[in-house]
Amino acid sequence: MAANNLRHALFCAIVTLIISFPILGLNLEAKGINITLTGAKTSTYVAIVLAAVVVFVFQIFRDSFMGVLGKLPNLNPLAGREPMEQSKRVKLESWILTGIVIFALFWPFLVSRGSVDLATLVLIYIMLALGLNVVVGLAGLLDLGYVAFYAVGAYTFALLSQYTGISFWMALPIGALLAGLTGMILGFPVLRLRGDYLAIVTLGFGEIIRILLNNWTTLTGGPNGIGGIPDPTLFGMEFGRRVKEEGNTSFHETFGIAYASEHKIIFLYLIALVLAVITALIIRRFMRMPVGRAWEALREDEIAARSLGLSRTAVKLSAFTIGAFFAGFAGTVFASKQGFISPESFVFLESAIILAIVVLGGMGSQLGVILAAIAVTILPELAREFSEYRMLIFGAAMVLMMVWRPQGLLPMRRIHIKLNRQE
Amino acid sequence: MSMLVLENVHTHYGKIEALHGVSVEVNRGEIVSLIGANGAGKTTLLMTVCGTPQASSGRIILQGRDITHEPTAQIMRSGLAIVPEGRRIFSGLTVEENLHMGGFFNTKSEIRKSQAHVYELFPRLKERENQRAGTMSGGEQQMLAIGRALMSRPNMMILDEPSLGLAPLVIKQIFEIIGQLRDEGITVFLVEQNAHQALNLADRGYVLETGKIRLHDTGKNLLENPDVQNAYLGG
Ligand SMILES: Nc1ncnc2c1ncn2[C@@H]1O[C@H](COP(=O)(O)OP(=O)(O)OP(=O)(O)O)[C@@H](O)[C@H]1O
Ligand SMILES: [Mg+2]
Repeated sequence: MAANNLRHALFCAIVTLIISFPILGLNLEAKGINITLTGAKTSTYVAIVLAAVVVFVFQIFRDSFMGVLGKLPNLNPLAGREPMEQSKRVKLESWILTGIVIFALFWPFLVSRGSVDLATLVLIYIMLALGLNVVVGLAGLLDLGYVAFYAVGAYTFALLSQYTGISFWMALPIGALLAGLTGMILGFPVLRLRGDYLAIVTLGFGEIIRILLNNWTTLTGGPNGIGGIPDPTLFGMEFGRRVKEEGNTSFHETFGIAYASEHKIIFLYLIALVLAVITALIIRRFMRMPVGRAWEALREDEIAARSLGLSRTAVKLSAFTIGAFFAGFAGTVFASKQGFISPESFVFLESAIILAIVVLGGMGSQLGVILAAIAVTILPELAREFSEYRMLIFGAAMVLMMVWRPQGLLPMRRIHIKLNRQE
Repeated sequence: MSMLVLENVHTHYGKIEALHGVSVEVNRGEIVSLIGANGAGKTTLLMTVCGTPQASSGRIILQGRDITHEPTAQIMRSGLAIVPEGRRIFSGLTVEENLHMGGFFNTKSEIRKSQAHVYELFPRLKERENQRAGTMSGGEQQMLAIGRALMSRPNMMILDEPSLGLAPLVIKQIFEIIGQLRDEGITVFLVEQNAHQALNLADRGYVLETGKIRLHDTGKNLLENPDVQNAYLGG
C-alpha cells in the first residue's frame, strides 16, 4: 500500500518534470530569421523542481487531503435536506434572490463607474446563463453553440439601427423574437439527436453563425464589426451630452442637472438589472408550469415521457426556443452597452463560459446560476495581475468543484408544485 | 366490440424482423394476457401498439380508429395508457409530480379526482406523496407506474411485466389491483412472465413465440393446455 503510494507519487513528480521542463525551461527566441533555443533563468529551474516536489508530497498525502476536502463544512445552508422542507427552501431562495436584487438596486450609487460597467456585464451573463439553464439544466440538452443566439440578438439591433435607425426599446423584443425563431429553426433538425451528437451539431451551428457574420461583409461589415449602436433612451430622453436623434430631449437638461457620463452607465445597468429580473421571473414561471415539468420528465426518461403522450420534438423545441429567446434579449443589451460589436465577441469560448456558469451553478438552480455568473465574471477582474492564468485558475476551480461539490454550487432544488385542494 | 385489434402486424428493428405477422384482438372490458419466453417479442408488440417502433406492415386499430401510422404522442392521448417494462418512473420527481405527469393533458379538476382515486387504490403512495420517486422500493415504484398510467383516465391499459422482480406478496397485490381495474371498466392487455397468475386472471390469453402467435384461447384452457404447462408453467 505505502510502497504503491510512493511509486505513484514518484511517477507523478516525474511527469511534472517532463511536462514543465520543455514548456518553461526552454525558450525559443527569434534571432533574425533563425530561431534559437535558449535556457531559462536558474530560478525557473528551481521553481520547476519545487513544483515536482509539491506534486510528490501532495500525491503521497493525497488520500488524507481528499478526505479533508470531502469533510469541508457544507457551505450551502440549503443542502442535503429532504423534499418535505422543499417549500421552505424555495421560500428561502426567493428571499435571498430578493435581497440580492435590492442590494443590486443600490449598487451603482455606491461604487465607481468601472464597477457599474462590470456589473452590467455580470447581469448580461446572468441573463445568458438563466436562458441556457433552461436548455441544459432543465431540458438536459447539451447546447455548445448558445452564443449564436446571443449574436443574433446583438446583430439584429446593430443592423436594424444602422439601416432603419430603430431604438433600443423597439429592438429588444425584435432581437429576442428573432433569436427565438433562429433557435426554433435550428432546433427542428438537430433535436432528434442525442447527447454528444447534439453537442457537436450545436457547436457547429454556433461556429457557422459566427463565420457567416465574419464573411458576409456587405451586410455585417465582417471582422470590422458594426459601430454607432445607439444607447437606450428613457421616455425619449437621451443620456449623451448632446441629443443625437431629432425629437428626443436630453436627460440632464430635462432634469436641470449637470451632465455626467455616469448617468448613462447607471441607466444601462438598471435596464440590465430589470431585464435580468424579468428573465428570472419568467423562467421561474415556466418552471412551475406543466411545460417546465415536461422538460424535466423528458430529461429523466424519454421513453416514459413519450408514453404519457408528450411529443419529444415539441417539448425539446420549446426549451431550445425559450433559451434562445433570452440569449437574444441579452444580446440586444450587450450591443447597446458596447456601442460596437464584431464577430470577435461571439466565439466558442463565450459559449463555454456560459456553460461553465450553468454547470458551476448547479444545473437548474436559479440562485446557483446567478452566484456562479457573478463569480465567473468578477473573479478574473479582481485578479487582473493573474489574467494570463485566467484559464488555469478556471480549470483549477472546475476540478476543485468536481471533488468538493460535484453537483454544482447549489444543486437544483426542484420547485414542488402542489395543486390547491380547496378550489 | 373490439378495443384493440392487431391485424398481421410486422415490426422491424432495422433489417431484423421482430414480429412476423401478429394478429391479436382485445375486447372491451376484458383482461387479455400475453405470455412468451424472453426475446419472444412481447415488449416489441406492446411498443408497436404505442407507435415506437411503428409497424412496417399490417394494421392496428384502437377503438375503431386506424392508428398504424399515427405518431406515439397522438396514440398515447387516445385513451390508451402503458405501464412500461422496468417501470420507468421519473426518479428525480416526487410521487405526486409523477402522478401529475400522468395527467399532463387533463384539467386540474380531473387531475385532482384521478389522484384521489389512485391514492385510494394505493394508500402507500399517499403516504409517500412528497418522496422522491427514485428512493422508493421496487414495489412502491411499480404501484406508482400503474398509478401514473391511471392518471390519464384511460379506457385501455397495457402493462409490460408489472410483477418483474417483486416479492410474492406485492405481486399478489398488483394482480388484485389489475382485477379491480377491469371491474372499473378498464380494458387490460397484460404481458407477463408470471404465466400462471396472468392466465388465471385473464379472460383470454395469447402465447407468443419468436415473433409469432402460437396459441390463443381462454385463460382457463391455456392453463390446462399441456404444451403451455410444459413451456411456461414449469411442467
Ligand atoms: N431496440 C431494439 N433494437 C434491435 N433489436 C431489438 C430492440 N428491442 C428488441 N429487439 C430484439 O427484438 C426481439 C424481441 O425483443 P422483446 O424485447 O420484444 O422481447 P420480450 O418478449 O419483451 O422479452 P423479455 O421477456 O425479455 O422482456 C429480441 O430478439 C430483441 O433482441
Ligand atoms: Mg419485454
